Amino acid sequence: MGTQEREPLLRMENITKSFSGVTVLADVCFDVQRGEVHALIGENGAGKSTLMKIVTGLYAADSGKVFWKGRPVEINTPHQAHVLGINIVHQELMLVPQLSIGENIFLGRHPVGGGFSRWVRWGDINHRAKSLLEGLGHPLDPKRPVGELSIAEQQLVEIARALAFSAELIIMDEPTSPLSEHETTRLFRTISQLTARGVSVVYISHRLKEIHQVADRVTVLRDGQHIATKPISEASTDNLVRYMVGRELSERSSESKSPVNGDEALRVEGLTVRGKFTDISFSVRRGEIVGLAGLVGAGRTELVETLFGAGEVESGKVYLDGQQVAIKSPIDAVRHRLALVADDRKAKGLVLGGSVRFNVALAAPKKFARYGVFLNSAREREVANDLARELHLKTPNVEQQVMYLSGGGQQKVVLAKWLSADSKVFILDEPTRGIDVGSKSEIYDLIRRLAERGVAVLVVSSELEEILNLADRILVMHRGRITGELARKDATDELIMHLATGGDVH
Amino acid sequence: MNTKDATAAVAEEPSPIGTSGATSDLPSDSGRWSRAGSGIMRRFGPLLGLLVTCAVLSFLSPYFLTFDNLINVFRQSSINALLALGQLLVIITAGIDLSVGSILGLSCVLVAMMLKAGVPWPLCIAAGACVGTVLGMINGLLLTKLRLPHPFIPTLGMMNVARGLAFVISGGFPISELPQGFRFWGAGTIAYIPVPVILVLAIYALFHVFLTRTTLGRDVYAIGGNKQAAMFSGIPVDRRLTMVYAVSGGLAALGAIVLAGRLNSGFPLAGDGAELDAIAAVIIGGASFFGGVGTVWGTLIGALIMGVLRNGLTLLNVSPNWQKVVIGVVIVAAVWIDVLRQRASTRRRLVRK
Repeated sequence: MGTQEREPLLRMENITKSFSGVTVLADVCFDVQRGEVHALIGENGAGKSTLMKIVTGLYAADSGKVFWKGRPVEINTPHQAHVLGINIVHQELMLVPQLSIGENIFLGRHPVGGGFSRWVRWGDINHRAKSLLEGLGHPLDPKRPVGELSIAEQQLVEIARALAFSAELIIMDEPTSPLSEHETTRLFRTISQLTARGVSVVYISHRLKEIHQVADRVTVLRDGQHIATKPISEASTDNLVRYMVGRELSERSSESKSPVNGDEALRVEGLTVRGKFTDISFSVRRGEIVGLAGLVGAGRTELVETLFGAGEVESGKVYLDGQQVAIKSPIDAVRHRLALVADDRKAKGLVLGGSVRFNVALAAPKKFARYGVFLNSAREREVANDLARELHLKTPNVEQQVMYLSGGGQQKVVLAKWLSADSKVFILDEPTRGIDVGSKSEIYDLIRRLAERGVAVLVVSSELEEILNLADRILVMHRGRITGELARKDATDELIMHLATGGDVH
Repeated sequence: MNTKDATAAVAEEPSPIGTSGATSDLPSDSGRWSRAGSGIMRRFGPLLGLLVTCAVLSFLSPYFLTFDNLINVFRQSSINALLALGQLLVIITAGIDLSVGSILGLSCVLVAMMLKAGVPWPLCIAAGACVGTVLGMINGLLLTKLRLPHPFIPTLGMMNVARGLAFVISGGFPISELPQGFRFWGAGTIAYIPVPVILVLAIYALFHVFLTRTTLGRDVYAIGGNKQAAMFSGIPVDRRLTMVYAVSGGLAALGAIVLAGRLNSGFPLAGDGAELDAIAAVIIGGASFFGGVGTVWGTLIGALIMGVLRNGLTLLNVSPNWQKVVIGVVIVAAVWIDVLRQRASTRRRLVRK
């Protein structure tokens, strides 16, 4: 961590930015020391992204000053930011999957021969890419196409790309949301290697626990205002949550619940799809929340999507309310009142250009139709309004396009879609990924309310805290198999990790 | 004149997929206004284009703004309007149908040959419509069952197959002198209004209801808006897509009946290149190539803009070659305006982040 007396690498003073009259940043000050990891946190819409877009030259501030190594600078284009040494690793990775690691690292500025020779020097590219990756402790073959890599490895390529630009400041936007806990630990090792070289990192995240692991200092923004900047040692999780939301949250309901005795709603026996998962058997009762833990790549998403009819079953049986059913497509699944809140809500859950009302009615057309075919907009609006109120959806009205809602708001619309379809079994795959703290606890409350109403709930999550917080019973998957089942009272972080990693405790 | 009706319908109908600019809210007043402005642009842009074109042409040619000429424009646009309607459904699902021109050609020849063979004309019309629908359905089945990567492929194949068959069964010769009862559908009038015009208006009204007021229409928008989300919501995506291509083929066959009636002839080259005119009308009418967006009345206006331009340029003695150049520029300009509009709304969206 850099010393406080020295001039910081980056200093932003009194940054104000508004868009057509809406102030999104008001008088915000922010600085980054050399070799420091500075966490930037806040709910969605707090102004984190806008602040970082000003640093990287995508937006110009209305007023305020930016100093780089003590000198006032104007960063008007992303190119200028790159030249200074400021790079961003985006949440959605910006790599070309068909090109090799080496090509991606040097994309746009392949080293070419001197003088008039414009031939690309491949030897150079691969050699330099290799040494960059080795420097980060990950000797990947630079000739491999990026499309073959895991998300974690792709992130590494982005980081190597930033270093190839001789970056001195790397901004990471929610880097761990697609990563498993194991990969997260590896990313943190990479980050400490970066800071050891004197590179600074701005770390944007929703996960407070991680911030304590990785950051030196933390800055909290709320509604475009700077709320606090503290050394991490002086910032407790409770405090940070309070800064972010401006109110107390009761996230953890630790009271012991009596075991659930509802009838069996969903039962799976020996479900197998070769190469994805093997011999999966479990059941979920009405009113029960079953957690499905495991590392990314354990086969959980494949399992729940197959259950929902999006993939072909090789062998095994599925029972709903004691009756064996054949779910060959999501059409069958919806007919049997199954709901899947998929891991990627934008890709699989919502028609982003459609309104809240449109999306809420998506999975239950018959329910809203007159004579089975004609739309009943009034009824749709009524149901959508009711659900919006129940879920505390922040939207001016239900005709709002869902693309304009926050991540948490969008996830609530997905939930509303299944609620309006009167689903009896809810399967939720990473239900709070990339969602701000406030919406997160609201979604937890909703999941609990669902169970109280007698819905059977299966929650897939890579966040141990989420699983421990919600589930009555926990299944753990590792490499396509269920490696353990734990009652709520017996489950601990360590035990789940042990089962999820196939015995190796990390 | 029914651009008036179209105006009213376009003005009152919120986009079926949901939001209407006027009712949506943003934190700031200025934002709200610009959003509302963009909604109006989307809905009125094509109509405005049509009115401006008409205004300019009526200054340039005294003959343009006469009842006879306007009716003539509408009649000339009717075949393109029919093809464009099918194309609209396909484009809303983020697809494309390259085969409609050829399906028109094959149906045209087939119907004419049946008529010549003495089959009663209502039967011939029904048979023609069936053939078009089945060919379209084959497009849809090729797309959904064989999992071909993009509708471009099956419809490109069908485009060649259908055109080839049209030449094969006709031997390459036109089949002329068709019975009077049949010709009524292409050349007849009811109270001065050409039958094709009435047909187009009736079918457009029907499809307007279909797209905006039925669950099937809703599914079509959902599939175009996000195919995967539609699939995960239990919408029978494959069945809907097959239906959409079948409808497109059926409307192409209807176009064939109008054309054969009007020209008193079925010929294998009928509808050559018509698929591109249909696509142009849909795009000029404000539909998005990325799917999920597009309206029936916008498409009608798109078809009329093309008809008015061709008619006006002909009145002004501009050669057909130069007409092509103008139409090309209009297509690109119309989409460019749409791009500008979208860029503006994206910028407003970023405001909120």
